[in-house]
Amino acid sequence: MTENVLTKKDFTSDQEVKWCPGCGDYSILATMQSFLPELGIPRENIVFISGIGCSSRFPYYLNTFGMHSIHGRAPTIASGLAISRPDLSVFVITGDGDALSIGGNHLIHSLRRNIELKILLFNNRIYGLTKGQYSPTSEQGKITKSSPTGSLDLPFNPISLALGAEASFVARTVDTDRKHLTETLRAASAHKGSAFIEIYQNCPIFNDGAFDLLKDSDTKGAALLQMVHGEPIKSATHGLVHDGASLKLVELATVAESDLVVHDAHNPDPAYAFALSRLSASELDHVPVGIFRDVVRPGYSSLVNNQITEIIAAQGAGDLATLLAGGDTWMVE
Amino acid sequence: MGKPVVCLDQVVIRFAGDSGDGMQLTGDRFTMDTASLGNDLSTLPNYPAEIRAPQGTLPGVSSFQLHFADHLIQTPGDAPDILVAMNPAALKANIRDLPRGATIIVDRDEFTTRNLSKVGYATNPLEDGSLESYKVHAVGLTSLTVAALAQLSLSRKEAERSKNMFALGLLSWMYHRPTEATENFLKAKFGKKPEILQANLLAYKTGWNYGETSEDFAVSYKIAPAKMPAGKYRNISGNVALAYGLIAASQQSGLKLFLGSYPITPASDILHELAKQKKFGVITFQAEDEIAAVGSALGASYGGALGITTTSGPGLALKSEMIGLGVMLELPLIIIDVQRGGPSTGLPTKTEQADLLQAMFGRNGESPVVVLAPSTPSDCFDMAIEAARIATTYRVPVFLLSDGYIANGSEPWKIPDVSTLPDLAVEFAKTQEDFLPYLRDPKTLARPWAIPGTKGIEHRIGGVEKADKTGEISYDPTNHDLMVRARAAKVAGIDIPDLVVDDPSGKAEVLLLGWGSTYGPIAAAVELLRANGEDVAQAHLRYINPFPKNLAEVLQKYPKVIVPEMNLGQLSMLLRAQFLKDVIGYNMVRGLPFTTTEIIEATMEVLND
Repeated sequence: MTENVLTKKDFTSDQEVKWCPGCGDYSILATMQSFLPELGIPRENIVFISGIGCSSRFPYYLNTFGMHSIHGRAPTIASGLAISRPDLSVFVITGDGDALSIGGNHLIHSLRRNIELKILLFNNRIYGLTKGQYSPTSEQGKITKSSPTGSLDLPFNPISLALGAEASFVARTVDTDRKHLTETLRAASAHKGSAFIEIYQNCPIFNDGAFDLLKDSDTKGAALLQMVHGEPIKSATHGLVHDGASLKLVELATVAESDLVVHDAHNPDPAYAFALSRLSASELDHVPVGIFRDVVRPGYSSLVNNQITEIIAAQGAGDLATLLAGGDTWMVE
Repeated sequence: MGKPVVCLDQVVIRFAGDSGDGMQLTGDRFTMDTASLGNDLSTLPNYPAEIRAPQGTLPGVSSFQLHFADHLIQTPGDAPDILVAMNPAALKANIRDLPRGATIIVDRDEFTTRNLSKVGYATNPLEDGSLESYKVHAVGLTSLTVAALAQLSLSRKEAERSKNMFALGLLSWMYHRPTEATENFLKAKFGKKPEILQANLLAYKTGWNYGETSEDFAVSYKIAPAKMPAGKYRNISGNVALAYGLIAASQQSGLKLFLGSYPITPASDILHELAKQKKFGVITFQAEDEIAAVGSALGASYGGALGITTTSGPGLALKSEMIGLGVMLELPLIIIDVQRGGPSTGLPTKTEQADLLQAMFGRNGESPVVVLAPSTPSDCFDMAIEAARIATTYRVPVFLLSDGYIANGSEPWKIPDVSTLPDLAVEFAKTQEDFLPYLRDPKTLARPWAIPGTKGIEHRIGGVEKADKTGEISYDPTNHDLMVRARAAKVAGIDIPDLVVDDPSGKAEVLLLGWGSTYGPIAAAVELLRANGEDVAQAHLRYINPFPKNLAEVLQKYPKVIVPEMNLGQLSMLLRAQFLKDVIGYNMVRGLPFTTTEIIEATMEVLND
């Protein structure tokens, strides 16, 4: 208990992990447990709050404070906690159904306010815990138990949605790429306001292989467009060039390296990050991964607490007796 | 000067006009000036849900009733002695509440053919003799105001806006109200707009002078101060008293006050009041919806704050699942429901008590919560502190059921000495080995309040059923049965005061048993019944779940128990179910508080049965 340097073991709880064999959540959990010691934050100051769904079991397996709340509402609980306890590091663990369907409203408003939350959306493009219905990120036409003749819903693009909600940090990564996931977590943790990370995550039971294109060694090189701040955006085969106000994919062989778009995650214009987010939809042939946007904007809880501090500095702390006796008063003898 | 002065023991005045006429402000100012004279008083604002309904129409009528007296009173009064009607719509909407012989002051200028036909008057009631049984003063409120302000460079429309101040001035003369406080109020309100300030001050003064000089007003009236316990007083509405009570609870507990709220009538004023009090470290979070409002409050409670959410019926319906989580997590949470007419959107600005069963049972599963109900505007202060005491001691969601009547109504309040407020200090779980988050205190049955940031007690909680002591996920049948019963036993065992019965003879056979905001009309009725020689007892429930421990005994003692409620019998249902007592319900859902007369008539019926 007195050791200062924490290890992965310190962040592993005594609970038996109960995801299906082969679930992408295992890899994300292991990466998180390995990453947390690096933050240098005491375990008791870290809180994981989740909603409902397979991914939302995550907090049970971390030896920090944690809450497995109700469907879609984790950002609300996390917001109240983060605003009233700015000393804590608060993570939200959510899934595509939890964050984008039942809890869509809370996700966008947390991002808009820039509340100091790290929001990890495990996107497996399916409802797993309820045994296989289409989700708000399932591709159109998907055959599931609740869409035997094909889903009619146009899916959300979670990155576009987060950017539209004025998010100040938006990134995408893949469950099994532990190095990339760790780097993304590191950058998100360094960010002062809301950080939104979409993690493509495999569901081996109800949507197995959904992201194989991004994982198989013979396809992933071409499919993953790496976004690294200050470097050209490209995959093994393609690169990104400016096309008027927009962006366009071209084969690397057809352009000079110097013509490629050099990634600027700090670009103040959200239209740039939005254009990047539109390069891929349901199909995964060219998928940008990395940080779309990372801009500085004051965090909500610091704004809330600054207002209070300033008012107390200017007017002094409130006095209850004075408050109660305020307004028009009279004496009865 | 020279005009005779008549002494009265009490008066009921109703100001009525278009919702843009400033009737609430006029009523508020008259109330403040009345309070400062030491009269006891009680108010009833009544306004439409529409911010500006079409001008001059019946739906657009807004009113403010004030009852003041030289003795202690309980209600805003059944019927006005004097009606101030700023237009034909205000007259038509209120005339049926006026007893014969009452005084009516109208703005004669507004009784035009067009305005009369707008509200369906075929002839002018000021001329057709239909008001013969009333004392009518038809005053050119608009034209006199405009004439008085002619010296200012205001448009006619701007000048007309001050006519409410003319009316206030006139009434202030009639009832000898002091003017200084209102003048100061106007100076503070319009200090940055000198033209408008001057217009209001001038209209106010002209109204006063008109009373003094016009032959139309022959007498003025005096009402002596009421005998009230010595001390410093202010006038307070239920919503402000609630806000102050919550701040007091925060100060007395040392807990940060966190309010998560979404605007909704008639609860928003609590949010407004608390948003002003940042110097007390108060955090108000205007959430994206009702669910986020209660979710953020629960999150703040989890972190060791005093988490509160405020709402009204439709909002409460949305919060149900999160309150259920609060029951499961066993964390403190205060839910304030300022009830209004329902179901659905219902009557947003009208009062009702029909959320009682929603508060008691409106969640999935066996989900016991504490339910409290303040009885008067000033009682809201004390009950807010009680809600905090119970929530933090027992780690449980606590409902506070106010309603539109006491939320907006006001009365004089003897300002409490803060040194007499209860100590609400709480104890958080400390660093320890083998921490058990669901180990119950043997006395309170509460689990530890274990907040993040405390080394060595890291643990996970959630909405899935908890194992006894460890708090780990448990699907074990015996454990679920144990935990369901433990949560129920915890609420049932909460320490609350016994029910006090007011039965001077000790021999009454009829008990009037109310809850929440019906206290005023019931108490006033009981007073009058006794003055007429009737023997009745009165008791009032401010604690509904759990009920006071002596309630069974009280119910048994009285052969007949009348339960007046502004719903179709929700408390009656609880009493019958829990005590097998066939209480007699007296129920009305008109969006208005009971009148004293209604309660008296209902009681007489039972007494004569």
